[in-house]
Amino acid sequence: MELSAILLQVLNGLDKGSAYALIALGLTLIFGTLGVVNFAHGALFMIGAFCAVSLQKILTISFTTIDESKTDFLGNPAQIHTPYVEKWFGEAVGATMIDWAVPLAILLAIPVMLLVGFAMERGLIKHFYKRPHADQILVTFGLAIVLQEIIKAYFGANQIPAPAPDALIGSFDFGVLLGFDPGTIIYPYWRIVYFLFAMVVVGAVFAFLKFTTFGMVVRAGMADRETVGLLGINIDKRFTIMFGIAAAVAGLAGVMYTPINSPNYHMGMDFLVISFVVVVVGGMGSLAGAVLAGFILGILESFASMREVIQLIPGINQVVIYLAAIVILLARPRGLLGRKGVMES
Amino acid sequence: MLGLNGKDFLAWLFVLFLVAAAPILLNPFPEGSAFAQFNAGYPDLMQRFVIFGIFAIGFNILFGLTGYLSFGHAAFLGAGSYAGVWMLKLLTINVIPAIIMSTLVAGLFSLAIGYISLRRSGIYFSILTLAFAQMSFALAASVLTPITGGETGLQTQLGDPRILDAAATGGNIPAPSLFGLEMGHSWKVSVGDWLWTFNAGYYLCAFIMLIAFYIAIRIFRSPFGMMLKAVKSNNQRLGYTGINPRPYTLAAFVISGMYAGLAGGLMVSMDPLAGAERMQWTASGEVVLMTILGGIGTLIGPVLGAGLIKYSENIFSKINDNLLHTWFSFMPDGVENFMVTIVHPFVGKGWHLTLGLMFMLVVIFLPGGLVGGLSGLYKRLFRRGSHAQ
Repeated sequence: MELSAILLQVLNGLDKGSAYALIALGLTLIFGTLGVVNFAHGALFMIGAFCAVSLQKILTISFTTIDESKTDFLGNPAQIHTPYVEKWFGEAVGATMIDWAVPLAILLAIPVMLLVGFAMERGLIKHFYKRPHADQILVTFGLAIVLQEIIKAYFGANQIPAPAPDALIGSFDFGVLLGFDPGTIIYPYWRIVYFLFAMVVVGAVFAFLKFTTFGMVVRAGMADRETVGLLGINIDKRFTIMFGIAAAVAGLAGVMYTPINSPNYHMGMDFLVISFVVVVVGGMGSLAGAVLAGFILGILESFASMREVIQLIPGINQVVIYLAAIVILLARPRGLLGRKGVMES
Repeated sequence: MLGLNGKDFLAWLFVLFLVAAAPILLNPFPEGSAFAQFNAGYPDLMQRFVIFGIFAIGFNILFGLTGYLSFGHAAFLGAGSYAGVWMLKLLTINVIPAIIMSTLVAGLFSLAIGYISLRRSGIYFSILTLAFAQMSFALAASVLTPITGGETGLQTQLGDPRILDAAATGGNIPAPSLFGLEMGHSWKVSVGDWLWTFNAGYYLCAFIMLIAFYIAIRIFRSPFGMMLKAVKSNNQRLGYTGINPRPYTLAAFVISGMYAGLAGGLMVSMDPLAGAERMQWTASGEVVLMTILGGIGTLIGPVLGAGLIKYSENIFSKINDNLLHTWFSFMPDGVENFMVTIVHPFVGKGWHLTLGLMFMLVVIFLPGGLVGGLSGLYKRLFRRGSHAQ
């Protein structure tokens, strides 16, 4: 196998790995802080994606004018649909806003996802801290079904395209940069954006936990909730905020994922199972482990989808993640970076 | 009686009565009346009640007794289904070898997966079983197509060898039968406006389910069952007494895998078609839900949970807008349309929404499942005095 082919697969694995890492990061945050197994996390990813779809729909709400000078093919006066944003902000600015709907949706998604997260934690999850994990799984699974059915009722069952801005459509030739022949390693711009975005989000979450007083208290609470409570600190309130942040991370992962794969109502469930595998492989309760495992499994998956590999071992592309999970869990009982005593009873 | 104590025997008799009289009990509304669509007394649905009942009873032996939450039990049901169809294709159209074979194959399969997965506990065990099941599903749908029929599924065909049967006589694919009695055969009895269907396949499933239920009760009450409960309540302490819990949990895992295989075998005996989607994680999730809905670790809970989920799945998905309009037609037009609009998202294609809400409500308000909720209610109503002591 050539070096360029290996590099290409590594790059291909990065975008899926980024999505896995972001979802798993949120799952681990929730598990580490609240001790809750959240099966609705995939649904949060999906809601984020539909924030992008909604914003795109809102921006393209149009009014109709009749242009008498032109006619359509039936001879009637042509109807021209002009989005309101073009009228309000001028044609150029309006068109740019519509074009950049997906990145703009980040601004919409952050408050929406924080609110959804707070509402979920205060309204439902709060009552399940002391209940067995099976109950938590069941109730959040029920919630996930409800959320995805609501989205299905509003947006329909089909995939809804939400393209990247025109400026970021197209591919970048990495091969030339590294001295290979042109055309050997081509990589779409948006995937570069997605990877960088994921890195920024992961970095922001880690920095928040590491360098702020708030984060320090949360980490202390993760290590020993009771003692932190005895020190007179209201840890529950901080954990609620962490739940909101975890929801926002999943939502942002969803927003930016829309150009890579057009969203539909069951995308959350599709990612959920793998995300749990990622969390467990990384080690329950380990944030760095979740990110690391996300990228490792994403890259493994992309290697296994190569034609040469499939010819060698048929069907490997379908099972490689699960196979890797089994091997890692048997070799390292607590996952890659897991701590002792978490979730083992 | 039969080696059971009085209370358990009553529970068993209760289930015996339920399944024997199901064709009558489940058809409370006269044929052709407005409520006839709430009737569940037709063979296909009743077969599913008892088959999923067996699946859930078996799952409860693992999850309810040992506390090990497997997320991959659908793989054993799927393996059993494939084994069953192959017996129907190769050996004979009689269902007995198919049912036996699917139980055995699922037992071997669960022995292999259980041996590896049980090295870990807690959520690590859950993810290992999930990973194995998802692998089985992916392989069955793609690479193993010659054995499993891939995405179209595996079914009996006219040209199958069936070495024990005489050469195929007619032009039709033979239907699965029990010594000549076709599983699809039904006796219909109509009394007044009511129509009751007594189906041969259903009664075979019901008979096997009663045996399975009996065995489950015996396991629950045996020293082996006590050992499994000890695994659940304190695995570590059990280890300190010098007992290795692994063989016990593995035995429970294999037994519940065989129950799943038996359910798969019965499924293909009723309808000789096995598809890969039976192994998907959602199918594994379903049996977890049934057990929790009914009541984990209770004897009768899983049966009730299986019945409730399968019933709501069928009934809610059947209701459509026309039907809603006829129901609300006694109201003024505006109100009628309003009611239909409100109910519409919860029925027909949207029945998943109802299912999701149902899970949430049961888990929130009935932590012990249906059985836990009912017994709590019973205690509150009748034993208030003794509770106060």
